[in-house]
Amino acid sequence: MSAAKTMRQPFGLQLSANAFLAIWCLIAAFPLFWIMVMSFKVPVDAFASNPLEVVFGPETRAAGKGLSILDIVVGIAALFYIARLAVNWLPGMVARFSPGGQIWAGWIIGALAFGIAVVVFLFGLLPPVLGAVNGVLGPLGQPIIGLTTEHYSAVWVENAFYRNFLNSMLVTTGVVVISLTVGTLAGYGLARSGSDLAFWLLIIALIFRALPHSVLVAGYLPVFINSAEFLRPILGDAAPTLYGQPYAVIAVLVSINQPFTIWMLRSFFQNIPTELDEAARVDGCTHFQAFRWVIMPVMWPGVITTGLFSFLLAYNDLLVTSLLLDAQNQTMVPAIAGYFNRETTTTDQVEAVAAAVSIIAPLFLLVMVFQRQIVSGLTAGAVKG
Amino acid sequence: MKFKTFAAFVGPSVFLMLLFIAAPLISVFVQGFYLTQPIYETVEVETCTPGFPTQTCVTETKTQPVIGEDGKIITETKYVGLESYRNLLEPDRALTALGNWDWGSLLTIDFWKALRFTLTFTLVTLPLVIGLGLAIAVVVNNTARLIRGPVIFVSLLPFIITPVIGALSIRWLFIGDGIMTAFLEWWLQRDIAMFAQGWTIELLMMFYRVWHVAPFAFVVFYAGLQTVNQDTLESAVIDGASRWERLRYVVIPHLMPLIIFIALIHLMDTYRAFEEIVGFSSQAYRISLQWLTYDLLVPDDSGNRAISRASASAMLTMIGIVILLVPLLRRTWRDHRGGSH
Repeated sequence: MSAAKTMRQPFGLQLSANAFLAIWCLIAAFPLFWIMVMSFKVPVDAFASNPLEVVFGPETRAAGKGLSILDIVVGIAALFYIARLAVNWLPGMVARFSPGGQIWAGWIIGALAFGIAVVVFLFGLLPPVLGAVNGVLGPLGQPIIGLTTEHYSAVWVENAFYRNFLNSMLVTTGVVVISLTVGTLAGYGLARSGSDLAFWLLIIALIFRALPHSVLVAGYLPVFINSAEFLRPILGDAAPTLYGQPYAVIAVLVSINQPFTIWMLRSFFQNIPTELDEAARVDGCTHFQAFRWVIMPVMWPGVITTGLFSFLLAYNDLLVTSLLLDAQNQTMVPAIAGYFNRETTTTDQVEAVAAAVSIIAPLFLLVMVFQRQIVSGLTAGAVKG
Repeated sequence: MKFKTFAAFVGPSVFLMLLFIAAPLISVFVQGFYLTQPIYETVEVETCTPGFPTQTCVTETKTQPVIGEDGKIITETKYVGLESYRNLLEPDRALTALGNWDWGSLLTIDFWKALRFTLTFTLVTLPLVIGLGLAIAVVVNNTARLIRGPVIFVSLLPFIITPVIGALSIRWLFIGDGIMTAFLEWWLQRDIAMFAQGWTIELLMMFYRVWHVAPFAFVVFYAGLQTVNQDTLESAVIDGASRWERLRYVVIPHLMPLIIFIALIHLMDTYRAFEEIVGFSSQAYRISLQWLTYDLLVPDDSGNRAISRASASAMLTMIGIVILLVPLLRRTWRDHRGGSH
């Protein structure tokens, strides 16, 4: 008891500690929160020097685009019920309609369908209905906060950002699936073999992890651009030019991330007691059967965590994708680099902001859902030394 | 595990790493010594313009690339030895500048400029990241359990989001008369343009980097703090150690391996700084080594990529990484021998 009492902090220290924490949280979240606010305003408001003008958007309001009290109330209620549905109703539906044992596939489809339904409801159905009601209400229906989604529609519809989005999805899905398949095999092998060879492989992987990616891309570029000539003797006239191919980029990203993936998966495999595979071996399994039927079922947390980091590495990559993909197959992140470089008018700039918010919104959701896995992934390699 | 089984398990991964990491390294090393250029020929061209009473004709010699039968420019690749490296390092100019103690003219050479920035950037942000991460971890560890989850959530955001967009979000706060610039101007009572000179951009880039990486350090240190031996802490209290002394003599020594881990990861990652340059569009003032290679790889106005010089720059960047890693590798090797034999 006495120790607990002495460990308790004096009031002043507690106060300053909490103040420090509050300031840190503010600094951490503010820039992201702010670009989200900016993306919904007309350019004059978005880049106004008075923060209140950015938040309330008088110019946006003057243009007749905004939220009335009714909109805000209905919007908050809708968001609340959507959140409740997602928490209470969605898991049950996913569990009921998933094909036997494949619950993760059910979740992917369920989450996608739910997300699309929410977007259609919030942006397709609600605005016209509320607009009609607002017209009837008179003064209550006047907008009080300026808000416009015109930049989002400009980015996604007019500038066809959905194409970049699809390319991003193609690349990240490919990278995650292949990385995990190749990586779990290698991670298991490395975790269960105490040989010097395994040690050296890990050390070489560590060196590879430290390489700047531009070094590797300098090696790929000339080969990829001329690959049709190199590959013609083997593949005949069907030899592809690898430059600009999403598949080539998937292979490159998988390989570049391989060192990181196998280190992380190895440390997760090491947490699984060897008695488990020994028991399976005694029962007559081969190494591969033990891996597939005994180890993998208890390995899911590690696989999900590593998958998350593979996803982030592929999704956030700028250097490799911007050098190895051409304009038709551009993914989202290099595409946005094109946006703000050509910023000629302030409208272009706000469109770049809207595109940026579109890119980070999925990541935001990802952190919300997988916070625990991300933390465990960050500490996996570190805490155990 | 028998060797054959082991090979079957790690085979695909090793194959990918050999094909896409080891092979490109070798090819980059070789490319640095060769230069591929279009073959030029000198031709005499007679251009005539209508005139009176006769046409005015001018004959001039022009240098133009040779066009092959398939309509493409013919190129040739020749061994140039260290020329690409010389073009990059410009040793004569660099030595003269060094001899005169003239930093300004040394830093007009792209490579030295990039090296200077990368090193300063790495070394200045390192202590800030570790200090901030440790401070947040200690404070979070001492607050009520209820708010830890939300704090970790908010802290993860700068780390998880796309680096370029993180940099952009800070840039948009300061650009032109953005709210932060307006605030600073009001506070300091003077005119401020954050993107008009190098050092303010450099400050913003460092701020961004600390903002981006401190959460990672925080999460790792926070996990480490959970394993601090409570008995040691209590006996320190009984021995009359103050809060600061407990932190200094019990907690930090316990976290030392993690501090070294974070420092190493941070050194490796900051040495590869690239996204900041793109996000802050700072190439006119500040460039990093990785950006230099990137820039050489991007086609120039006439569509040529300076592959040879990019390879040379890539190899020079590599040397830095190797120097950085040698102490780590020596330590790991000692641990391995001590551990298994």
